Amino acid sequence: MKKALLILAGLTCVAFPINADEVKSLRGTRALDAGSEPPEINRIIADDRPIPRDFVQQPPLIPHETEGYRVDKNYNKCLSCHSWVNYKQAKATKVPPTHFKDRDGNERANLSPGRYFCAQCHVHQVDTKPLVENEFEPVKALR
Amino acid sequence: MENLEKKSACKWPIFFFGAVVGVLLVAVFLGELNYTATEKFCISCHEMESNVYMEYKDTAHYMNKSGVRATCTDCHLSHNFFEKIARKTKAVNEVIHHFKGTIDSREKFLANRLEMAQGVWAEMKANDSRECRSCHTSENMDYSKQSSRAMTQHLKGDDEGKTCIECHKGLAHRLPDMQSIDPSAVIGR
Repeated sequence: MKKALLILAGLTCVAFPINADEVKSLRGTRALDAGSEPPEINRIIADDRPIPRDFVQQPPLIPHETEGYRVDKNYNKCLSCHSWVNYKQAKATKVPPTHFKDRDGNERANLSPGRYFCAQCHVHQVDTKPLVENEFEPVKALR
Repeated sequence: MENLEKKSACKWPIFFFGAVVGVLLVAVFLGELNYTATEKFCISCHEMESNVYMEYKDTAHYMNKSGVRATCTDCHLSHNFFEKIARKTKAVNEVIHHFKGTIDSREKFLANRLEMAQGVWAEMKANDSRECRSCHTSENMDYSKQSSRAMTQHLKGDDEGKTCIECHKGLAHRLPDMQSIDPSAVIGR
């Protein structure tokens, strides 16, 4: 069986030779030992006003830098400004009440563990061109 | 009279010898003071090398856009002579705990981390973040060149008479369990 498959595979290669120019990988057609082109370094938008949403349920985008902001079980750096205790002092947006409900629908006394890792939904922005053309427009409610 | 002159002439070699020994001792003392203030010396203890040093290597005080680096003693040891000696004396306690093995494993280190961090925070708050300010003086800080968020907070902090460490905690090392300090920013338990 194995032998038959191998022969079949061999025959297929002979019958339909693959043209190297047609195969496009992300690294282009560079030789394996040539090294790939370094990716562009994009600047993070460091200091912007809050960015409007494009659809109603969109997690708001982060309009500032977050480099070095650790979120672990000891502390959540984001919450040092965005928690209900700290937002006034920091003049930041506070975490909405929806984030206090856990996945079983229980209202909790503190942030739901499922909502603790902010960067799962909220992302910082870079000043760059979109990778593909996009004609997306906000929903009517936000236009 | 003759006798007296003879006596004082005899004392000269002793005085000279004393002066040489004195100068040597001062040189050794200053050299030791400098050597024990190097990063190489600090991380010769594995408590420092495998905990706080590893974390520090991830931060802006180790690597940043301008290449200026602040090492252990730039932040943790006074730059003034007498305060430096005082801190060095206090460090005897740390040496004792090194030999007692109080924090000789990661687990022990983490268990004691809150207490140790609070000690450093209290020290920095008490001296108005003196070591921070030996590089970052508020007089020379151009708030208008900062991000709007940083500018607002710095002006507010100045008005309220706050000192650097009150907001800038966990800057060069990771934070301990902050449950007892700011429960609103720690995962609910």
